Amino acid sequence: MAEFTLPANSKVVPGKTYPAPAKAGRLREFRIYRWDPDTGANPRMDVYQIDLDACGPMVLDALIKIKNEIDSTLTFRRSCREGVCGSCAMNVGGTNTLACTRAIEDCAGTVKIYPLPHMPVVKDLVPDLTQAYAQLRSIEPWLKADTQPPDRERLQSQAERAELDGLWECILCFCCSTSCPSYWWNGDRYLGPAILLQAYRWIADSRDEAIGERLDNLEDPFRLYRCHTIMNCTKTCPKGLNPAKAIAEIKKLMVARR
Amino acid sequence: MSGKAFDTRSPLSRARGLGPAKEGVAHWWAQRVTAAALVPMTLWFVVSVILLAGAEHATVVAWVGSPVTTVALLLLIAAVFHHAQLGLQVVIEDYVHNEGLKIAGLLVIKAAALVLAIGAAFAVLRIALG
Repeated sequence: MAEFTLPANSKVVPGKTYPAPAKAGRLREFRIYRWDPDTGANPRMDVYQIDLDACGPMVLDALIKIKNEIDSTLTFRRSCREGVCGSCAMNVGGTNTLACTRAIEDCAGTVKIYPLPHMPVVKDLVPDLTQAYAQLRSIEPWLKADTQPPDRERLQSQAERAELDGLWECILCFCCSTSCPSYWWNGDRYLGPAILLQAYRWIADSRDEAIGERLDNLEDPFRLYRCHTIMNCTKTCPKGLNPAKAIAEIKKLMVARR
Repeated sequence: MSGKAFDTRSPLSRARGLGPAKEGVAHWWAQRVTAAALVPMTLWFVVSVILLAGAEHATVVAWVGSPVTTVALLLLIAAVFHHAQLGLQVVIEDYVHNEGLKIAGLLVIKAAALVLAIGAAFAVLRIALG
């Protein structure tokens, strides 16, 4: 049944406010979700004032500046800083996105930063993605073929290769899955848009010989059909992909094979 | 399964769970077919009722009893209640996470839809067949 009491550590309290630098040019306020599992205290929102004249253009630049110069305890994942690794996925200004490709200029007013919604938090902006990775493994995201491989690559026509455009670009940042209300309520059984897009990436691959088996594994009221075409996934995808369309294609194939 | 204390299952075991139920496509397809069918049927019904507003009792009874109307009304009743229980089933599955409550809720909804559909069809047939 719907939960009427919030789980432990749900209430976010006001946190520390760090003063603005003395000789600041363009100041911008950042409010950042902080939670430390070691203290057991409720999460808090810390407030930082950043001089944009002394900071790189992206939200990730501000986070790194805070960690380097103001508060080294701030914890977040980041790696490539160019939108190909998916590590710095977080909720910025109410939208799941990559901190490294989100310009501070594009954020209105105070920049509010939270971890990806509705996932267990490891610390601060670091969500626990164990479940999502296990779900990815459950759809077996690798090429399955019984035909003996040729001496060279398995060939694919240009048109067949084009079928994978809009799918292969996914970096598994989970911005989409964690923006999906259906995944929030039923994430233990619903695979969510990120995993379903990955599933379709293999279903759509002309070299794959396990399409029926893949569809069998998805044919479930929860795994696939919890998608109610809410479209938050497509709206939030920082790579401009369309997971909702991939899910719709899977649903069409389910009907086509009847 | 998940959520219990001392859950030592691996994340992959939990993700695989009890395996796919191998159903859902019939539900999904029926929901879409009834939705599409209900667009013209509902329009026809609403327009007909508006045109009959203020009519004599005998006129309305004669309208319900005419063969085409009777069949159309029965089809409308079937589509409406089938579509309604399909949709309410989704709502329950989405939000009710207690397994016992979920099964009870689904049974109540399906039974209510069946009772209401039979009642409505009986009313139409009683007029049509005198």
